[in-house]
Amino acid sequence: MIIDERIDYYPTHVSQGFKLRRGRPIPFGATMVPNGVNFSIYSSASTSCTLVLFERGASEPMVEIPFPEEFRIGNVYCIIVFDLDYERIEYGYRMDGPFDPKTGHRFDKTKILSDPYAKALGGRNTWMKPPNWDDIYPYRSRLVFEDFDWENDCPLEIPIEDLVIYEMHVRSFTRHPSSGVKNPGTFSAVREKIPYLKELGVNCIELMPIYEFDEWENSRRHPETGELLVNYWGYSTVNFFSPKAGYAATGKFGMQVDEFKTLVKELHGNGIEIFLDVVFNHTAEGDHRGHTISFRGIDNKTYYMLTPEGYYFNFSGTGNTLNCNNPIVRNMVLDCLRYWASEYHIDGFRFDLASILGRDPFGYPLSNPPLLESLAHDPILAKCKLIAEAWDAGGLYQVGSFPAYGRWAEWNGKYRDAVRKFLKGDLGMIGKISQRIQGSPDLYCYRGPTASINFITCHDGFTLYDLFSYNYKHNEANGENNNDGSNDNNSWNFGWEGETGDPEINSLRHRQIKNALTILMMSQGVPMILMGDEMGRTQHGNNNAYCHDNEINWMDWNLLGKNTDLFHYTKKIIHFRLVHPVLRICYHFQNCDYVGSGYPDISFHGTKAWHADWSGTSLVFAFLLCGKHAKQGTINDDYIYVAMNMYWDALNFELPRLPEGMRWHVFANTSMPPPEDINEIGKEPVLENQYNFLVGPRSVIVIVGR
Amino acid sequence: MSINTMSIKDIAVVELEGSIDSATAPDVQKEVLSATENQIKVILDMNKVTYLSSAGLRMLLLVYRQIKARNGNIALVGLSEEIKDVMSNTGFIKFFVIADTIDDGVNVLAKQGGG
Repeated sequence: MIIDERIDYYPTHVSQGFKLRRGRPIPFGATMVPNGVNFSIYSSASTSCTLVLFERGASEPMVEIPFPEEFRIGNVYCIIVFDLDYERIEYGYRMDGPFDPKTGHRFDKTKILSDPYAKALGGRNTWMKPPNWDDIYPYRSRLVFEDFDWENDCPLEIPIEDLVIYEMHVRSFTRHPSSGVKNPGTFSAVREKIPYLKELGVNCIELMPIYEFDEWENSRRHPETGELLVNYWGYSTVNFFSPKAGYAATGKFGMQVDEFKTLVKELHGNGIEIFLDVVFNHTAEGDHRGHTISFRGIDNKTYYMLTPEGYYFNFSGTGNTLNCNNPIVRNMVLDCLRYWASEYHIDGFRFDLASILGRDPFGYPLSNPPLLESLAHDPILAKCKLIAEAWDAGGLYQVGSFPAYGRWAEWNGKYRDAVRKFLKGDLGMIGKISQRIQGSPDLYCYRGPTASINFITCHDGFTLYDLFSYNYKHNEANGENNNDGSNDNNSWNFGWEGETGDPEINSLRHRQIKNALTILMMSQGVPMILMGDEMGRTQHGNNNAYCHDNEINWMDWNLLGKNTDLFHYTKKIIHFRLVHPVLRICYHFQNCDYVGSGYPDISFHGTKAWHADWSGTSLVFAFLLCGKHAKQGTINDDYIYVAMNMYWDALNFELPRLPEGMRWHVFANTSMPPPEDINEIGKEPVLENQYNFLVGPRSVIVIVGR
Repeated sequence: MSINTMSIKDIAVVELEGSIDSATAPDVQKEVLSATENQIKVILDMNKVTYLSSAGLRMLLLVYRQIKARNGNIALVGLSEEIKDVMSNTGFIKFFVIADTIDDGVNVLAKQGGG
C-alpha cells in the first residue's frame, strides 16, 4: 500500500492567515516538503527569531512570522509554512538579541538576514545592474528545484596526475566582444567555448569564485580617471551555497542553478573536470564597520574569529575571518562542499587562503585542524580533489607542510618562484629546479608528486606574457598609487618596459613563454595554466587586477590570430604531456634503475651527459626520463630528454646514449622560429646528430628516444 | 493560460498559451497529460507562450518523461527566441525535438515514427 497522505502534511497552527506546523531542525535552510516549506536556522545567542517572507522582488514583506517558542529545539528555529509558492517567494530572518560587541554579540532586529544555507540569492540577478540601494533586504534567500536531470553524468574522477588545469574567471573568459558568443560573460558562454578548451587540450577548468558575491561591494571611482572599480574577482562571499546569478544568462529569471549544472554536465560529457575556487576564509560582511548581511546578525560569535575586545581578527586581509574550526561553522563548510559535490557534481575544490582553515578560534595554528581532517575523510568528498592555497594573510606559510591527511594537494608557490627565477637567469637555481621538475620531493616527500599543483602564473600576479614584458607592476588603474599588488614578481622585460615593436625583444618574449610552458608541462606534479597564457594575454603590467570589469581582465580572443605560434605551441606541449605517462608519475622517483633498463627512472645532465652542473653559477640543466620506468615500470613509454639553457649564448649539449636500436627525435626546440619550434607528436623528425645538440640561447629542447 | 487540442494524423497537437509559471504550471500539466494520454506522438504548440519559468520548464520535462516512458516522441513548435535561449542555457532544450512550424513538427515526428 502506498501512503500518500500523512498527518504531518497538514498544519497545526495558524498565524496571520498562514498555516504552520512545527518544523524539522535538519537539514538547515529552506527545504520543499509536501504542501509547504520547512525553514530551519541555527542561532545560539539570539532571544527570538522571525521568519520574513516576500513575494519575489517586492519592496515590503508579505508576512513576518515570529517562531512560536515551541518551534525552537536547542539552538535551532524550525517551522513548516504551508501553501507557499516555491518559485515566487523570497525569505529571510530577523534575529533579536543583545548588541554588545565586547561580548561578541551584534544582533540587530532591524535587519533582515540572508539564510547562510540559502540555495540561491536574489538581488544581484544581472551583472552590474544598479541595485536598489534602499532595499530593506538586498540579498534575498530563495528556494531552488533540486531535480536536475543529470542523465548518466557523474564526477569524472580523472587521476589527479593526469590533469591539466586551466584557471579561469567566468566573466573574463568570454566578456570581450571578440569572444563571439551569444551570452558573453556567462556560464552559458563557457559552455559555448568547450570546443576551444578541448582543442587546447586542458581537461580541468578551475573557476575563480562563483559563489554569490556582490560586484558592487566596496565599489568606488578611480580618483583620477573616474573609472568605476568593482569587486570583479569575487573573493568575498555573500552566500556559500548559491551560484552567482550575475554569471548566468538566465540569472534574471532566477535559473542560474540549472544553467550552471548544464555547464558542469556538458564539461563532463567532453571529458573536462570542473574545480571551484572556494573562499571560506572570510565573508562579505567586512569588519565592525561592514554591513550586516547574514552571519553577523545571526550569531556573530559563532561565525567569526573575534579579538578579546570583540573586534574581528583579520587573517584574510579583508576585514574578518570565518571561524572555521568552530564546530557549527565547520559543519557548514562540510555541508556546503558536500552539497556542491553531490548536487552540482563538482570534481574538486581549491581553497583560497586555506591556512586560515587550520587556525583555532583565537587564530592560533592547530597541529591537527578538525576542519581539514574532516574534509579529508569525508565520505561524500572522498573522490574530490582538495587543493590548498597553503598560506594566509596573517603570515602563515605552509607550502610543503600543510596538514594533508593523505588527501590535500597544494598550490606550490615555491615551484612558481623557482621556475621564474631560473627563467630570468638567476644564479644558484639548479638544485631547486631539479626538485621542482620532479614534483618537489623535498617538499612532498611522503605525499608524492601529486601534492604539488605546479604553476608559473595564476590570477594573482602577472600573466605569462607580462612576466616577460614588465620589470615592475603597473597597478595605477587600481587607484591606490601603485601601492597594491606584489613587488616580488621575478619578472624581466628584456630591455623595454611593456609593448614594443622591437622584433628581437618580442621574439625573446615568445621564446620565454614557450620555455615556461615547456618546463611546466615537463614537470612532475599537476600543471595549472592561467586563462589566456596560451595566447599571450596581457594585463598591461597590472599584477592585481581584482577590480576591473574591462579590457584589463577580459580575454581578447583576437590574440589567437596575433599569437598563433603561442597557441599552437601550448596545444602541442599539453598534448605531449597527455600522451606520455612517464611525465605523470604518481609516486616519487627513486633515482635508480629498478626495472633493469640500465637507466635510472630519472637522471640529470648538463652540457656533458651524466654530469649535471650543480654549481652556483650554472644556468643549464637537463634531465632524462627512462620510458621503461613509466608508471613504476608497468607501461613502456618513450625516453624523454629535456635540456634547458638559460645562458645567453647557445651551448652544445652532449646527449645521453640511448639503448641499442633507439634514436633521438626532436619534439620541441624553443629557439626555432615557428612552426619548427614544435613538431607533430609521433612524427618527430630523427636527429641527424645523435650525440650532440646545440641548444640555443635561453632555450629549451624536448627530444624523445624511441 | 488556456489549452486547445487537436489531432493531425496520429499526432496529438496541444496548443499552450500565455505564461507558464508556478501559478499556472500545475493546471497546464494536468491538462496536457490528460490530452496526451496514451499518445506516442505529441506536438506542443508554443507559439502563444509568452514566458516559461523554472516550474514551466519542469512541467515540460515531466511531460517529456511521461511520453518517453511509452517510447513516444515530443516536439516543441514555435518557441520564441527568448524561450529557446532560456531552454538552451538551462539544458532543457536537448530533450525535445524542436520545429518552427506545426507542419515541420508533423514531418519530423512522422519520420521518427513511434513505439
